[in-house]
Amino acid sequence: MPDYFHGYAVVGLVAVVGVLFVAVAFTAGRLLRPVAPTPEKLLVYECGIDPVGEGWAHTQIRYYLYSFLYVIFAVDAIFLFPWAAVFAADGFGGVTLAEMFLFLGFLAAGLFYAWRKGVLTWT
Amino acid sequence: MDVLDVSLRIGGVLLAFLLLPLLVGQAEHKVMAHMQGRLGPMHAGGFHGWAQLVADGVKFAQKEDVVPQGADRTLFRLAPAVALIPYLIVLIAIPVGPGGMVGEVIDAGIFFVLAVLGVGVLGSLMGGWASANKYSLLGGLRTAAQLMAYELPLILAAASVVMAAGTLSLPGILDAFAWWWVPWQLIGGFVFFTAGIAELHRPPFDAPLAPEEIIFGAFTEYSGLRFALFLLAEYAGIVVVAALTAVLFLGGWHGPLPDQLGWLWTTLKTAVLCFLVIWARVAWPRLRVDQIQRFAWTVLVPLALAQIALTGVVKVVFL
Repeated sequence: MPDYFHGYAVVGLVAVVGVLFVAVAFTAGRLLRPVAPTPEKLLVYECGIDPVGEGWAHTQIRYYLYSFLYVIFAVDAIFLFPWAAVFAADGFGGVTLAEMFLFLGFLAAGLFYAWRKGVLTWT
Repeated sequence: MDVLDVSLRIGGVLLAFLLLPLLVGQAEHKVMAHMQGRLGPMHAGGFHGWAQLVADGVKFAQKEDVVPQGADRTLFRLAPAVALIPYLIVLIAIPVGPGGMVGEVIDAGIFFVLAVLGVGVLGSLMGGWASANKYSLLGGLRTAAQLMAYELPLILAAASVVMAAGTLSLPGILDAFAWWWVPWQLIGGFVFFTAGIAELHRPPFDAPLAPEEIIFGAFTEYSGLRFALFLLAEYAGIVVVAALTAVLFLGGWHGPLPDQLGWLWTTLKTAVLCFLVIWARVAWPRLRVDQIQRFAWTVLVPLALAQIALTGVVKVVFL
C-alpha cells in the first residue's frame, strides 16, 4: 500500500508544481502588462459590430443525441479495462473470448440501431 | 522517498513540458513554411528565426489582459490553467527509456493518463462558456461535441493494447512488447492517433477553433498571457499524444540499438509523429462539424471495435 500511495504522491507534487507555474506566470503577467480599460475594449468581439443581445444566446445543439450515445458507450468502455488486463490469463481463454464477442455484439448492435434511427445524420 | 531523486524527476518533467512544445511550435513554423514554398520566420535570433517563439512570448507577456464586461470573470481567468496543467501531469507517467527512465511508475498508468487527458479539454469548454461571446459559445459547443465523439475511439484503441499486454502499467506494456505488435495493433494505432489529434482540435479537426469562421471559438476573447497558455497547452498536447502513440503502438524505447539508447528511440518516434501532426495541417482542409461527427462514429468506433476483436482472437487462439 505505501508504494501505491507513493506513486500518487509524486503525481500530486507535479500538480502542485503545475499550479505554481501558472500562478507565477499570472503574477509576472500582472506586473508586466499595461492596464488601460475603455468601455469599447470591454465589449465582446463580434467582428467590429456592436454586440446584439447577450452572449449566452439560444442556439440549437444539433448533436445532443450523440451525447446520450457517448454516455452509454463510455460506461461500457470503462468496464473494458479491468477485463482487458486479465482476459487471457490461465483458466479463462475461450469463455472470455466468447464473452468479448457478446460485448462487442451489444455495442455494434447499439451503434447499428442508432445509425438506422438516424441519430448519426445531421438534423 | 528520496527527495533528490523525486525533485530531479519532477524538474526533468517540467523542463520537457516547457521546452518540447516550443520545439514543436518552431518546427511547425518552418515545416509548414517549406511545404508551402515559403521561408517562415527568418529574422528573430539571427539563425533561421530560431527565437521567433521567444519573441512571441515576450510580446504576449506585455499585452493587456482584457476580460469582457459580461464575462464570468473567475471561470474566464481560470480556464487557461485548467487547459494546461493536465498535460504536465500526464508527462510524469510516460516512460522514456527502460530501467526506471520514467517520471513515476503508476500501476494503472494508461487509465490514469486517459483520465487526466480528458480534463484538459474542459479548459476550452470553460473558456467558451465564460466569455459570454456568441462565437466562443459556438466554439465551446463544438469542442464538447468533438470531445464526446473522439474520447470513445481513443479509449477503445487503448483498451486493445491493454488486452495485448495484460497490464495497465505503461512500462509494463513496453516490457511485454514485441516487434510484431506494430502490424497487429496497426488499426488501433491509427484510431488512437487520429482521435488524439481530433481531441486537440488540430487540423483537419479544427472546426471548434476555425479562425476564419468563428474566430478561434473558445479563445475569441482571450489576449496576452492567457491566450499564450492556451497555445502552449495545444502544443504540449501534441507532444503528449505523439509520445503516448509511440509508447502504446510503436514500441516506445524498443529499437535496434542497445537498451541504454532507448530514450533516443522514444524521442525519435515522438518527433516523427509530431511531424505527421504538422503535415496533416498542411495537407488537409478543415472538416465540417457534421463530417467530424460522422467520421468518429461510423469509421473510428467500428475500426476500434474490430481491433479489439482482432486482438482478442489472436491473443487467445495463437498465444
